[in-house]
Amino acid sequence: MVLQSSLKNCLQLSSVLRTPKAGFRSTTSGGLIIQSISNDVYQNLAVEDWIHDHMNLENQQVLFLWRNSPAVVIGRHQNPWQECNLRLLRQKNIKLARRRSGGGTVYHDLGNINLTFFTSRKKYERMENLKLVVKALKALRPQLDVHVTDRYDILLDGQYKISGTAAKLGRTTAYHHCTLLYDADKFVLSSVLRSPYKGLKSNATPSVPASVKNLFEEDPSLTCEMLLDAIVEEYAMQHQIDHHITLINPADETVLPGITNKTKELQTWEWVYGKTPKFSISTCFNMAYKDSILDIKVDLDVKHGRIELCNIDLPEQWLPPALCSELVKSLTGSKFCPNETTALAATLLRVCPQDDELHSRWNLLCENMIMLM
Amino acid sequence: VCIHRVRSCSSVRFIKSKYVCVFDKSAVKFSHQQRLFRTSAVSCGQIVQFKLSDIGEGITEVTVKEWYIKEGDSVSQFDSICEVQSDKASVTITSRYDGIIRKLHYNLDEIAYVGKPLVDIEIDASKGVAPEEDVVETPPMSHEEHTHQEIKGHKTLATPAVRRLAMENNIKLSEVVGTGKDNRILKEDILNYLAKQTGAILPPSPKAEIIPPLPKSDTVPAAAKDKARRIPVPVSRPVVFSGKDKTEPVTGFQKAMVKTMSAALKIPHFGYCDEIDLTQLVQLREELKHLAQTRGVKLSFMPFFIKAASLGLLQYPILNASLDESCQNITYKSSHNIGVAMDTEQGLIVPNVKNVQVCSVFEIACELNRLQSLGSAGQLGTNDLTGGTFTLSNIGTLGGTYTKPVILPPEVAIGALGKIQVLPRFNGKGEVFKAQIMNVSWSADHRVIDGATMARFSNLWKSYLENPASMLLDLK
Repeated sequence: MVLQSSLKNCLQLSSVLRTPKAGFRSTTSGGLIIQSISNDVYQNLAVEDWIHDHMNLENQQVLFLWRNSPAVVIGRHQNPWQECNLRLLRQKNIKLARRRSGGGTVYHDLGNINLTFFTSRKKYERMENLKLVVKALKALRPQLDVHVTDRYDILLDGQYKISGTAAKLGRTTAYHHCTLLYDADKFVLSSVLRSPYKGLKSNATPSVPASVKNLFEEDPSLTCEMLLDAIVEEYAMQHQIDHHITLINPADETVLPGITNKTKELQTWEWVYGKTPKFSISTCFNMAYKDSILDIKVDLDVKHGRIELCNIDLPEQWLPPALCSELVKSLTGSKFCPNETTALAATLLRVCPQDDELHSRWNLLCENMIMLM
Repeated sequence: VCIHRVRSCSSVRFIKSKYVCVFDKSAVKFSHQQRLFRTSAVSCGQIVQFKLSDIGEGITEVTVKEWYIKEGDSVSQFDSICEVQSDKASVTITSRYDGIIRKLHYNLDEIAYVGKPLVDIEIDASKGVAPEEDVVETPPMSHEEHTHQEIKGHKTLATPAVRRLAMENNIKLSEVVGTGKDNRILKEDILNYLAKQTGAILPPSPKAEIIPPLPKSDTVPAAAKDKARRIPVPVSRPVVFSGKDKTEPVTGFQKAMVKTMSAALKIPHFGYCDEIDLTQLVQLREELKHLAQTRGVKLSFMPFFIKAASLGLLQYPILNASLDESCQNITYKSSHNIGVAMDTEQGLIVPNVKNVQVCSVFEIACELNRLQSLGSAGQLGTNDLTGGTFTLSNIGTLGGTYTKPVILPPEVAIGALGKIQVLPRFNGKGEVFKAQIMNVSWSADHRVIDGATMARFSNLWKSYLENPASMLLDLK
C-alpha cells in the first residue's frame, strides 16, 4: 500500500487535532499536546514512530503523554536476557517491548507517566525538557527536592531516581522521552529488572541500576492528573499555546495511517528479540537425575536472537551421542526461545527410539536448556 | 490477454511497439548505443567520503551499533545507513547521496567520530555531489514513499526510483508531465517522455520481458478473421513487478517437523471415513454448557470426542499401541494419552490429555482449557507435549469435511474431525429432518491395523456420540 505524502499526513493529523478553540497565536512557536487513550505499550511506541516519521516539526513541537499497563521496555541496543527476568515476565504476563531510542531498561505500569518531547532535529535539547518537568513539579509542590543530573536523570531528595531519559534522532526530527514515577509497583519493578541468566557475555548497552522512589511516597496528596496538569501547564506556557490536551487513539488508522503496521512490527519476535546484538552464554548447571547429580556445561552463541553455535557437554553415554548431536544440530539456527525449543524437543522425540528412560533423560536435559532462555 | 513468446513463432515481423524497461535499485547496465543513455558502469564513479554529521548537544563521538547496509550495496538518498548511539540517544544516519557503498569505516561497537568519514559512497561522476536540499521529512526506510523535490524552485513529486530514472537519462523532471495523483510523476511518464523524444525501441530489461501480441494474421484461424480485425489492438501497459523471491533456511521447530513428517510418511497409511449424526450430542452439550460454566470451565465438543475415543480404545487396544523401529514388537500402551492438535503461532503442536481412561468428561474439559490457554500463551511444557498415544485433530473449527490426516509417530492411528454442518437426513420413519452432521476421517498404520478393526472402532465411537446416553453404560 502506498502511503500518502508526508506533508499530507501532517495536514491530516493537524486538521483533525486542531480544534476550533485552540487559537494558536503564532505558528513559529507552535506546539501540540496530545495524550494517548491506550495503555498498550506497543501502540504507544507506534505513535512515537508515526509522529517521528510523518510529522513536520519545523514549525511546531509536540508533547506526547502516555502510560502503559505493566511492561518492561528495553533500549534499542540492549539484550533482554541481560536486563530482565524473562521467565518472570512470561509468568506474570508482563509485556516486553524494545523501543527505538537508546538508553537502558525501565519498568512501566500505570503508576508511571511517559513524556515524549518531539522537535526538529536542530531543536533537540534534552536538558531544557527535563528542566521544564522539574519546574512544573516545583510549581505544583515547591518543597519537593527534585533536580536534573548530568546523566539526564531526575533525582528526588538527591538520591532516588524518579525519571530516566532516552532519545531518538532521525534525519530531520528527534524525540526525547522520559519516565516519571509517581505510584509504580516498586516490588515488581525490582524483581523483573533482575536478570537470573548466568554466564552472559555481550556488548549490548548495559543498564545502570538505581534506587527508585515514587512521588506518591514523598507526597501522598499527589495524583496522576495533578502531575499531568502541571507539566502541560508549564509546556503550554513555554510554547505560548493553549493549555489543551488532544486525545488520540493509537488504533485509529484514519487519523494515523499506517499505525497498525507500526504497532505490529514492534510486537514481532524479530524486533523484540531478533535485534539483540550478538552475545554468548557460557554456563554450567547441575541436573538431578534419579540418585545422581550431573554436571552439564553449555556454550551458546546467539546472533539475531538465533542460536548460531551450540555445544553441550554431557557425562559420557548419559544420552546416546547420536541423540545429543541431533539436539545440538536442531538447536543450531533455531530461535533462542523457550517456546520454540519446547516444541522442537517434543517433536524430535517422536523419531527417537521409544524408551521411557531415554525419554525422561531427554526431557530433563531439554527442560534445563530451556531454563537458559 | 494472451502473450506468446516471440521465439516460438518462425514467421514474425517485428512491429514497432513499446518494450518496457524496468529500472530498480540494482544498477541495470545498458550496452545500448543510443546517445540518450549513459552506461551506469561501475568504474567511472566518484568516491565520496560521507562524513558523520553533527549529532547535537556538543557530542563528538558515538558508538556504531548496527549497519543497515554492507559494502557493495546500492543506496538512495535518505536510505538508512546505520544506527549509532551516544549517551542514551539512538541516532539513525541516513545517506545524503545515491550510489554504491564502497567502504565502511567502522566495525560494530567501534567509536565513530563526528566530522570524520563514516562510509565511502561511489556516486555517478556526471551527477556530482548532490546539494544539501531542504526536503520535507520522509520515513527513512521505505522506498515507495513519495518525496517532494525542489527542482528549479517548484516542487515536483516523484519517488526516488523515478528521480533516478530521470537523472540517468538526463531528463529534467520539470519538463515531464506527471499523470499521477497531485501531478505526481510516474515511471510511465518518464518512459512516455523518452519514447516521444526518440521514437526508439528500448531494449527489454533482464527483469521483465513484455512481448507484444502477435499480428492477428498469424494467430487467428481464418473463419474468425473478419471478426478479429475489428478487435482493437490491446495497448501493452507496462507491467512492473518488482517482487523478489525470499529464501530462508529451515530451522528450529520447522526442521523438527520435516524430520517427523518424513518418518510419518514411511508408515503405510490407510484411511477410513464416516459421517456422524451429532444432533443429540449438540442438544446435550447445550444443556451441560451452563453447568460447566458455573464451575468455571468452557465445555466444547472435544471432551466428548476424546472420552468416546478412549472408550473405543478399551475395546480395540491395538489402536493405542506403538510399533518399534524394526517392526519386531508392538507395545500396547496402558495409558490413553490422547493428543489434541492445536494451531499456534509456531504451527501445529499436539499437547495431550493424560490418562483419559480414568478421567470424566468434565475433567477432560478442564485439562483442555488449561492446555489451550498455555498453548495460546506459548507456554506449553515438554510434559504436555510428549507421551501421546492417540491423536484427534479438530480441523473442522477452521473448516473442511473429509481430510487425510498423517499419523504422528510413534502412534498408529489418528482421527480428523470436520466441521459440523446442518444437513437434511431421513429418520427411521422416512421423514426428512434437520441433522447436525460431522465427518470423521481416520488414518491407521496398515502394518498392524486392518480395515475391519478401524471400522469397528469407528462404529463404536460413532454409536457413543450419536446416542450419548449409551456412554453412561460404559463409563468407568
